[in-house]
Amino acid sequence: MAQSEQEILAGLAEIVNEETGLDPETVQSDKAFTDDLDIDSLSMMTIVVNAEEKFGVRIPDDEVKNLRTVGDAVSFIQSNQS
Amino acid sequence: MLLEGKKLLITGVLMDSSIAFHVAKLAQEQGAEVVLTSFGRTMKITSTIAKRLPTTPPVVELDVTDTEHLDTLATRLGEHVDHLDGVLHSIGFAPQGAFNFLEGTFEDVSTAMHASAYSLKSLAVAALPLMTPGSAVVGLTFDAKFAWPVYDWMGVAKAAFESTNRYLARDLGPKGVRCNLVAAGPIRTTAAKSIPGFQTFEDSWDERAPLGWDVNDAVPAAKACAALLSDWFPATTGEIVHVDGGVHAMGI
Ligand SMILES: NC(=O)c1ccc[n+]([C@@H]2O[C@H](COP(=O)([O-])OP(=O)(O)OC[C@H]3O[C@@H](n4cnc5c(N)ncnc54)[C@H](O)[C@@H]3O)[C@@H](O)[C@H]2O)c1
Repeated sequence: MAQSEQEILAGLAEIVNEETGLDPETVQSDKAFTDDLDIDSLSMMTIVVNAEEKFGVRIPDDEVKNLRTVGDAVSFIQSNQS
Repeated sequence: MLLEGKKLLITGVLMDSSIAFHVAKLAQEQGAEVVLTSFGRTMKITSTIAKRLPTTPPVVELDVTDTEHLDTLATRLGEHVDHLDGVLHSIGFAPQGAFNFLEGTFEDVSTAMHASAYSLKSLAVAALPLMTPGSAVVGLTFDAKFAWPVYDWMGVAKAAFESTNRYLARDLGPKGVRCNLVAAGPIRTTAAKSIPGFQTFEDSWDERAPLGWDVNDAVPAAKACAALLSDWFPATTGEIVHVDGGVHAMGI
């Protein structure tokens, strides 16, 4: 069942918060994972794996480098949810 | 089933691309009970990935370079298993500097050696109190007979790892414990992708291998690990089985 962009964003913000302690409010679509949120590659792996579980999608490793911003991740998840 | 009733300690499951993930999956499918290890910040990833196995195994913390983790391993494992029939060493690490042969510092090299070569001995000795006669230690190498592009000091560490396997075979043989390695061809895992220029291997391996080679398929290497952990190699130790499509046997 596909979720709305807002639902995915909220779910993703929760995952980011669990991993990094960042306030979920700061996890906005236009924020870049590395440059704005200061998330390193190991945290990014953790976030990706948890997002796969939570949203029921597969995010291939080769795709992860294309997910620069939170918004990129939200769109990828939304378009791959069945 | 090949591993019916066996109790196995499997290190090195990070992602579901990890070679160890495929060994754990096969082992469970073949009737084994599995305990995984992970460490530090990767514990969370391993615990999530563990849920993708047929049965979710416990995950015990083990940084193979941490003396305290090693000293307490057998006791902590005792909460999950009363003995071990096999241990998989699927651990490799080298700092980025180690992938530049002429520039790599000894600090880089010693870190690579500690985590990737000496760790085979550390892990085997730490697990030994739980190991029974007839049990097996299996590790993963990348054929250290040759100088490869970009592998550099990790290649030297693998040569030490292969030698460590032979000495372990010597010292653990009298206790009835076999020690063997699988020399796998290149597989696209997290560790492999962290090697700058790993692409070089990917392109040429399939062409050179008489059987062909798929860098996205860890199952052939995992099957060999399962076979070496089973009772079907009772008189084999100190050995290296190549699972590389045949590349090791070709001149060009
Ligand atoms: N992928 C290949 O092309 C290839 C080929 C031949 C051999 N190998 C070997 O296979 C083994 C497994 O690697 P992989 O390719 O599955 O990659 P991987 O990244 O999935 O696994 C490597 C594992 O090593 C663990 N590790 C690193 N440092 C550690 C430490 N100090 N303590 C405990 N664990 C530690 C990591 O957590 C990770 O689980 C390695 O020994 C590697 O050298 C890999």
